[in-house]
Amino acid sequence: MVTIFTTDFFFSIFRIATPILFATLAAVIGEKGGVSNIGLEGIMMISALFGSLTAYWTQSWFIGLLIALIVGCGVALLMGFFAFNLKTDIILTGTAVNMIGSGGTLFLVKVITQATEGKSLASTTSLITKSLQIPSWNIPLISSIPVLGKVISGHSILTYLAFLLVWLTWVLLYRTPLGLNIRSVGENPNAASSVGVSVLKIRYITIAITGVLAGFGGAYMSMYYAMGWSLDMVAGRGFIALAAQAMGAGEPLGSMFAALIFGFAQALGIKISAMGVDSNLVAPIPYIVTIISLVIFAVVQRNNEKKRHSAEALQK
Amino acid sequence: MSEEYVIQMNGITKVYPNGVVANQDVEFNVRKGEIHALMGENGAGKSTLMKMLFGLEQPTSGEIKVNGEVVNLSSPTVAISKGIGMVHQHFMLVPSLTVAENMVLGMVPTTSGFLIDGKKAVEITEEYSKKFNLPVDANARVADIPVGMKQKVEILKALVRGAKILILDEPTAVLTTQETTELFHELKNLKNQGYTLIFISHKLNEIMEITDRMTILRGGRSMGVYNTSEVDEEKISRLMVGRDVVLTVEKEKAAPSDTVLKVRDLEYVNEWGKKMLNKVSFNVRKGEILGIAGVEGNGQKELVDMLFGFNTPNAGTIEVNGEQTLGMNQHQLRERHVSLVPEDRMLYGIAADGSIEENILSDRCADPRFNKGILFDMNAIHEESDRLIKDYTVLCKSRDQKVGMLSGGNIQKVVVAREFSNSPQLIIADQPTRGIDVGATEFIRKKLVELSRSGIAVLLVSADLNEVMELSDSLIIMCGGEISAYFEDTSELSDEMMGRYMLGIAHQTPEEIRRVCHE
Repeated sequence: MVTIFTTDFFFSIFRIATPILFATLAAVIGEKGGVSNIGLEGIMMISALFGSLTAYWTQSWFIGLLIALIVGCGVALLMGFFAFNLKTDIILTGTAVNMIGSGGTLFLVKVITQATEGKSLASTTSLITKSLQIPSWNIPLISSIPVLGKVISGHSILTYLAFLLVWLTWVLLYRTPLGLNIRSVGENPNAASSVGVSVLKIRYITIAITGVLAGFGGAYMSMYYAMGWSLDMVAGRGFIALAAQAMGAGEPLGSMFAALIFGFAQALGIKISAMGVDSNLVAPIPYIVTIISLVIFAVVQRNNEKKRHSAEALQK
Repeated sequence: MSEEYVIQMNGITKVYPNGVVANQDVEFNVRKGEIHALMGENGAGKSTLMKMLFGLEQPTSGEIKVNGEVVNLSSPTVAISKGIGMVHQHFMLVPSLTVAENMVLGMVPTTSGFLIDGKKAVEITEEYSKKFNLPVDANARVADIPVGMKQKVEILKALVRGAKILILDEPTAVLTTQETTELFHELKNLKNQGYTLIFISHKLNEIMEITDRMTILRGGRSMGVYNTSEVDEEKISRLMVGRDVVLTVEKEKAAPSDTVLKVRDLEYVNEWGKKMLNKVSFNVRKGEILGIAGVEGNGQKELVDMLFGFNTPNAGTIEVNGEQTLGMNQHQLRERHVSLVPEDRMLYGIAADGSIEENILSDRCADPRFNKGILFDMNAIHEESDRLIKDYTVLCKSRDQKVGMLSGGNIQKVVVAREFSNSPQLIIADQPTRGIDVGATEFIRKKLVELSRSGIAVLLVSADLNEVMELSDSLIIMCGGEISAYFEDTSELSDEMMGRYMLGIAHQTPEEIRRVCHE
């Protein structure tokens, strides 16, 4: 046991949880606004690709990141256009984006690299060098604290941003007029529009935010975590995020803990397979954790509801 | 004299894209500071007219003046800016937000332009609440407050947006008697402060009580404007339905015979541990209508659920024609000739997207009369559904029309046509005329009496006092999950007496109540 739970292991939980956390926050805001964006997985894939390509072309991780966000936002807005204006089913629209994120990106990367590099590449891993990696940050003072320093210092700047965004998401949803509008549109669009809130505008803003957050996740994947885009590299993180959102009861803080649980499960899987256990046995761990935690969550929530109801009944 | 009108709708015609003429050349003028009733049956065009006044729909032709000025009410936002507010029948509130947050939605006060000023929102709410004497709990979540308070929030929401003219769309439909009294008091209060109120309703007694004048619509046309003090209920119903509605249903004295439904000692504790039914016992006999009166929420809903197999009691027995039916599903009950006119017609009564034909015969698709081999006999089905549509005077374009597109009264007629035509021996009618127009109400009530006189046992559950008292041959009153009184003859009953039993002030002795078991 001691050999598993090392400082490296705990460090890796945060590293692994970061992209899930970005996508989870996107899911949280989307659900609050009544815009179920199940296309987060696809958006992350597309952002990851364009982020890494742009970083290579401009030789700047920052411009790469920026483009990843813009592309994420753009894809999300396009989803919005289909779902809100053309009235397609948003679940189907999200499914389409996920399929494009898988097959379409591979097609694109081959076509684009054929044109720019003269040979068609199936991934951008050869293009992203160490200098294009999103920088890490050794937190002064904290990094010198034994154990704790090794766990929480030295992460990508995006990791710190992700955790900061948990708080910002909460502020946005519960302390700003925009957040109030998002929640009201998500819960009762008629009520919102009856007092002059533009439901369409709020929905577009909501889905754009989910796109930007997924864009962060995508950029982190291809420009920090994996150093380059490759086929299906997001590997279900967009879907796990939806589960984390549900587990966290749709609240930013709760969903963050859920994302960390998934990070823990994946880190555990990696560690165990590194110890020589057949990786086929280890690979399902995160998904088993997903199912188990969703069950636990559902049971706990049902019990809470029962308690609340009986409390209410007593008051009557 | 036009200056005295705050609202003038002149020559309003509304034709929907599908060709339905909802309003035709309607005149609707409201004086400043009055309570003006807009009356009419379901489908008479009241809602459409008010939607145009609140900017939700635009008239095909005609003009609208507010305070003498011609306006183009292109959206609710414009209507609000002209001082028009609407209290919708289905509340436009966000349940998870607090009362204060709902109040300020769309006009949120901020600190430094970025963060919500929650304190200010509460202040505003409390200020208006006090000013108009409409007490609400500013910090409570809307999901947790009672219906009556939700309505107050809706009214305050309109007032805080500067409304001087309030449209109230059937505001009492969701309220208890006590809440209604309270609301009327508040409305009169608003009137005294110079506000103008438009009151949509089809409850005659309420109109008589609270309004100054009324405009009556029938079939999309205006039937004139009247001073409330100068018309009586008979005249209003004549104008609304174009004939004299006999609001008292004629019926011969019942001659009950064998017991059909026998309920004994039914007990039910709901999932939150509250006892909803306590030792409920009664019989319903052939040829009689047994009414169940009571304030809603006193076990009536639970009782009906038990009787029609939607729920299981903790103790007790239910027999239909001597056979134990507890634990049977709806299909088995129907095979034993039990029919249900459910309280919630949209959820349990019909499939809104299905056609009239599909809905009107949905309980008998396995009937050999309508099948040829493995396929439906469409000719027989068409014939039977056309017959039912005609017999039950369902107003529709054809049997293929979607049920959900009909007016409430006609939807209920479809439900009733199905439930009454499958040779029932026991009919459970739960709020059979709730929220439907006078014509359909009269039709359904007459039909119930007619069926009972032909030897069918009818159990009538209704929160409408008039209805239970008019239709029932004998009556039980439920209070707190118990039968608090049984009256063998309803003709001797007064409202006050019933009220005492309904509110639990009076309670008959177990022996008196036991008489309903006819043992």
